[in-house]
Amino acid sequence: MKKIMILLFVSLFTFSANSNAKSITLGWAAWDPANALQELTKEFTAETGIDVNFEFVPWPNFADRMLNELNNKGKTFDLLIGDSQWIGAGAVYGHYVKLNDFFDKEGISMNDFSPATVYAYSTWPKGSENYYALPAMGDALAWAYRKDWFDRPELNSEFKKKHGYDLGVPANWNQLHDMCSFFQGREIDGQKRYGAAINTERGSEGITMGVTAAMYAWGMEYENPNKPYDMEGFFNSPQAVEAVEFYRKLYEDCAPPGHSDAYMVANLDAYKSGQVAFQMNWYAFWPGVSKEDSDGRVSGFFANPKQNVAAATLGGQGISVVKYSDKQDLALEYIKWFARPDIQQKWWDLGGYSCHNDVLNSPSFPTSTVYAQGFLDSMGIVKDFWQEPTFVELMLPMQEAIHDYVVNGKGTAKGALDKIIEEWVEVFEADGKL
Amino acid sequence: MSVKKKFKGLSDKAVAWLFIGPSVFLLLAINIYPLIYAIRMSFTNFYANKIGREPQFVGLKNYIKVLNKEAIWEKMQVTANFMFWTLLLQAVIGLGLALLLNRKFKGNELLTTLIVLPMMLSPAVVGVFWTYLYNPQVGLFNYVINFFHDFGSFDMIGSSVLAPWSIVIVDTWMWTPFTMLICLAGLRSVPNYLYEAAEVDRASKWQQFIYITLPSVLPFLLLALLFRGIENFKMFDMVVELTSGGPGSATELASINLKREAFEKWKTGYSSAFAVILFVTIFGFGNVYVKVMNKIKER
Repeated sequence: MKKIMILLFVSLFTFSANSNAKSITLGWAAWDPANALQELTKEFTAETGIDVNFEFVPWPNFADRMLNELNNKGKTFDLLIGDSQWIGAGAVYGHYVKLNDFFDKEGISMNDFSPATVYAYSTWPKGSENYYALPAMGDALAWAYRKDWFDRPELNSEFKKKHGYDLGVPANWNQLHDMCSFFQGREIDGQKRYGAAINTERGSEGITMGVTAAMYAWGMEYENPNKPYDMEGFFNSPQAVEAVEFYRKLYEDCAPPGHSDAYMVANLDAYKSGQVAFQMNWYAFWPGVSKEDSDGRVSGFFANPKQNVAAATLGGQGISVVKYSDKQDLALEYIKWFARPDIQQKWWDLGGYSCHNDVLNSPSFPTSTVYAQGFLDSMGIVKDFWQEPTFVELMLPMQEAIHDYVVNGKGTAKGALDKIIEEWVEVFEADGKL
Repeated sequence: MSVKKKFKGLSDKAVAWLFIGPSVFLLLAINIYPLIYAIRMSFTNFYANKIGREPQFVGLKNYIKVLNKEAIWEKMQVTANFMFWTLLLQAVIGLGLALLLNRKFKGNELLTTLIVLPMMLSPAVVGVFWTYLYNPQVGLFNYVINFFHDFGSFDMIGSSVLAPWSIVIVDTWMWTPFTMLICLAGLRSVPNYLYEAAEVDRASKWQQFIYITLPSVLPFLLLALLFRGIENFKMFDMVVELTSGGPGSATELASINLKREAFEKWKTGYSSAFAVILFVTIFGFGNVYVKVMNKIKER
């Protein structure tokens, strides 16, 4: 009995000690970089004694879960690594804490971070000096390819005979199509292979992120630079129409069978299982892809090819303090720690994509991994979807219309883009922007 | 203290209210209040995510907008198509299976258990694993179809022609057992003497089916179809997991569209109007259907 009482007492003491410990909760998407951050954060807990709980939500439900939480003024999260497009809503609807005073007080300068990431992940209105997040995870849409297949002399000579140039990193989207279609249906090592696993997902943002990689490269602009929200002739310009048509051609000629609702994980699976020669995906996944090269598979990586201009679809996120948190002081302490250059270097070393200039400008950075140079190149040319507070309302019609045209084969590219503009005008009118 | 003593002094009416009170309260709080609130919202331009923005009265604008929107009619057409084929197939196959299982044979009980298994699964799980079954490269569905006739590689959920059928097939696979069980209950309630009398009158098996079995089982079948109709009108989880409403909007049912308008675009006023229209539609159809069903039962 005495032993039981002692055990009970110790358990109660431990429980009460734990419940008194300082802790915060960080929300992010469930993917490889989140695991790296969890690993890195052990150092923060060791230094400060603050426990960090993580809630990682799978990508398809990420926006729904987090935005519902914010709209309901939920206190679940103290820190949120939210998508770049959420920054407008975070600032306008007051979900995120404005960090300017904190940055000034702690000597954190946004000049220490890559300008493209500060612009994309931290500021609202865009380009202003109002900061609502610290750039946490730089990212852009890029490509991985089967370098081991490209290096095979018999494949290269057959390709060169047909197209007049070597298999290699494509210089533009036409070359990308040539290479992808070259592998489509081809038997390699006794297995049927296909061209490219590209984004076609319908439910969240997948096909929009994919098709805009082409549209940006063709030179598409969302709006008239001199007249905000004037989209006619810009978003549906002949170049934009051509890009959407090209993306459909790429899907029809080069995607593996059944690749009609695919995004990050499906593209990774298609590539890892040896189905495809190319995959379109975020830089965030390249450490994993590179690490998992085995059984003769050697991956190469390259930034989004240019067509009329060099451009890439922006991914990535900033880390923000949630306004409804009761532990803002602890959350800010985490941001202060995370902004330190030595922590940023460790972040990159663990597989996170630091946006800190000390890391990116280091002479050894471009050669630190096989994809580091591509990352640097991409971050200089990134373009993002609307970051308006109404970005979800803007995303949904694009998902539907583009999927209808590219995957479903319904209507024309021009018709799809016109329909999107029509819906966007309605959204901007309801928001009082037009 | 005995129950009698405890309720001593309370009138019969008070005791009755004591029992039905909690249910009435829950009904009012969970069903009636949200319904009235949604009707109120449907006349405003309310956006639930725009904090601090007061909703303004817009009259019938949302209703007019919903009814004039071509895309909404497309979704209603997709829903009607889905309901028609699922109900038809589930009625025919469910009745057929019930007739089969109403016979006595070895393994009858095991077969019944196996047949009802699909409806015990979660619709979301069913949606996910059918995406694998439909996979053109490794899916069992394509393999089985091609085993009988070589159609080559086809993508059930990536083709606008096949995708609507893909959700019909899955729903039929999952819910035919429900129709079957209800029909089976109906078949087992038919008294044997009716068949014996028919035998005496030299009625053929077909005549027995038409004049005895079918009229007896029809009210049960109609009841099963009523439940399935209501369920399929609001079908969401299985289809979202299977096709996300795609390709494009080929399988975007009214309920999926409503969820996107209400909780992704946050057009609360507009989506409330859409919800009210859907409610009136299903309520109207349901009422007519129940009246027809009662008339059939009375015959």
